[in-house]
Amino acid sequence: MILPFLDNSEIKFLQGNEACVKAALAVGCRFFAGYPITPSTEIAEGMAKELPKVNGTFIQMEDEIASLGAVIGASICGVKSLTATSGPGFSLKQEHIGYAVIAEIPCVIVNVMRGGPSTGLPTLPAQGDVMQARWGTHGDHPAIVLSPSSVREYYDLTIKAFNLSEKFRTPVILLPDEVIAHTREKVEIPKETRIINRQLPAPDANKAKHQPYAVNSADGVPVIPNFGEGFRFNITGLVHDATGFPAATPEITEKLLLRIHKKIAAGDNEIKGIEINLARNSDIVVLSYGSSFRSGAQAASETGVGTVKLTTLFPFPDKEIKELAKKVKTIIVVEMNLGQLVREVERAVAGQSPHGGLVKVYGINISNGLLIHPEIIVRKIKECQKT
Amino acid sequence: MSKDIKEYLRLDKFPHIWCPGCGHGIILQAVLRAIDRLQLDRDNIAVVSGIGCSSRAAGYVDFNTLHTTHGRALTFATGIKLAKPELTVIVLTGDGDCSAIGGNHLIHAARRNIDLNVIVFNNSIYGMTGGQYSPTTPTTDYAATAPYGNIDNAFDLCELTRAAGASYVARSTTFHAAQIPLLVEKGIKNKGFSFIDIITACPIYYGRMNKMPDAVDMLKTQRDNARNIKQWDIMTAEEKQGKFVIGELYNKPAPEYTDAYRQLREKTHAL
Ligand SMILES: Cc1ncc(C[n+]2csc(CCOP(=O)(O)OP(=O)(O)O)c2C)c(N)n1
Ligand code: SF4
Repeated sequence: MILPFLDNSEIKFLQGNEACVKAALAVGCRFFAGYPITPSTEIAEGMAKELPKVNGTFIQMEDEIASLGAVIGASICGVKSLTATSGPGFSLKQEHIGYAVIAEIPCVIVNVMRGGPSTGLPTLPAQGDVMQARWGTHGDHPAIVLSPSSVREYYDLTIKAFNLSEKFRTPVILLPDEVIAHTREKVEIPKETRIINRQLPAPDANKAKHQPYAVNSADGVPVIPNFGEGFRFNITGLVHDATGFPAATPEITEKLLLRIHKKIAAGDNEIKGIEINLARNSDIVVLSYGSSFRSGAQAASETGVGTVKLTTLFPFPDKEIKELAKKVKTIIVVEMNLGQLVREVERAVAGQSPHGGLVKVYGINISNGLLIHPEIIVRKIKECQKT
Repeated sequence: MSKDIKEYLRLDKFPHIWCPGCGHGIILQAVLRAIDRLQLDRDNIAVVSGIGCSSRAAGYVDFNTLHTTHGRALTFATGIKLAKPELTVIVLTGDGDCSAIGGNHLIHAARRNIDLNVIVFNNSIYGMTGGQYSPTTPTTDYAATAPYGNIDNAFDLCELTRAAGASYVARSTTFHAAQIPLLVEKGIKNKGFSFIDIITACPIYYGRMNKMPDAVDMLKTQRDNARNIKQWDIMTAEEKQGKFVIGELYNKPAPEYTDAYRQLREKTHAL
């Protein structure tokens, strides 16, 4: 249900998952396939209601593997496509995430994080899927993972997720936690939406000669036609050459794997999502993402320390964190898991020695189905302030 | 006028991966004959396959071709058909691909009666991985993972899909190669889920492990055990022992899924 907040303006009172639906429609998503699971189901329900009205398509598939298969199939025909799931369903999606990576098919996968492992805590929040989002599918692969810390950010990152997936021809994982998915907040919906569409062959392209996986531009992204437009090419999940046919020489394999990694790094500025606010009188920062950032920011304002908010978790902002390590003495990483992104922070700051000593990284890592209370973070900050 | 079916092949991708005596090539050429008889526009045909020796067929034909993941071809095909209903979508799959790992997708695609045309290269074995038993390996037969004989019961894929809601169901064998194009042609013409089970030979694994290492012997076995539907209907249960039925087994038009969705859209436009 969408409640108008003020008269008929663009300000709405929205639940996170509702904002995701609105943003997906605004950016041109016209296909959704999914399988119900708490706490992501509102996205499927919203898409089921809205898509037919705009000549789009909704289908409830028999499971999550099937859902992502259908999403990839629709995207191959040129239709922007979305699926949404949680915990157990995200585990099932992993094989097809890898397929979309190697076949370079744009698609967006929302995983609303709930407590795990297994069926775990179906209705309670967690941030335990961060490393699965990065590494869940097998083999060497790049990943773009975005995580919102407010309903408005959920809206914006849904749009960003589609735009990045289209631009780089890669699956993009959107990783809200249960709190953000179910929170209702005032959201000002932007009047205009920046839309990036995948590049397609020029209308006068030689259809018989076009090589779907050949890359002629510096961005490393191939120009793959849509199915049914006269190109009659092949798509496979096997390692393939520029024509899209299986080929497995060491040279072809290495070239393909390096290219799909580099194309993501190449777009760094577009992908980046980090907000750093250092406090004038403190060399401590609280680094976090998702709903944990909200607690972290509250604690920081109470104690006068800085904050770092990540909205793009991967590719991890190594460069920015290394720079940060030169400016602060202590980084407190807050997340609802037993220690995931904190390890990335430790890795990035390793070897940086500001002020003649190593920057200290502390993790506040709690996984008990509860939002991390600002009080817990305040206590840690005060401890650090004493030393 | 009929073209030479070579015109539909990507001959530059040959030699194909199939072993000498493998039946998969017989099925592929029969499918191409059916497409040729229908005189369909090649640009509007999508061929989707899973993983297995059989699923490699997609790469050899000059259409929009999609080689997917093991067992999931029907899910990708469902997305394609919904996104572009004007495409004729043909799914080439193995018995393991479509009825073991993909069994759930098979019954649900049939249940929806979505306009997909599934051709199963049914060799009763996992060829690609070296001859392990599949859901269509007959009980007591041998396989790499059934060294003491298979104790599983086998699926009758035609009964299965018919019960699940397919509107066209047929079976043939690579021995009856001339019959296959007729069945595939009717299947493609059917607006709904069409399922065509083709019994074929993997002499390399199934044959060798079951005292039929010669491909010709395997074809003879198909000839000896297949019974036409007309005959089958008057056979006693005893006579049916060890035999199987071929021909058009079911053909009953029913509302098609993408059509139903189009109507649903129109309904929401009127809201
Ligand atoms: C998820 C997954 N599990 C297992 C495999 C290994 N695998 C590849 S093909 C195959 C069986 C193929 O058998 P079938 O579909 O009957 O085709 P055939 O090779 O006999 O033509 C298996 C088990 C895989 N590729 N993916
Ligand atoms: S292993 Fe069997 S199914 Fe595979 S190509 Fe060889 S004969 Fe055919």
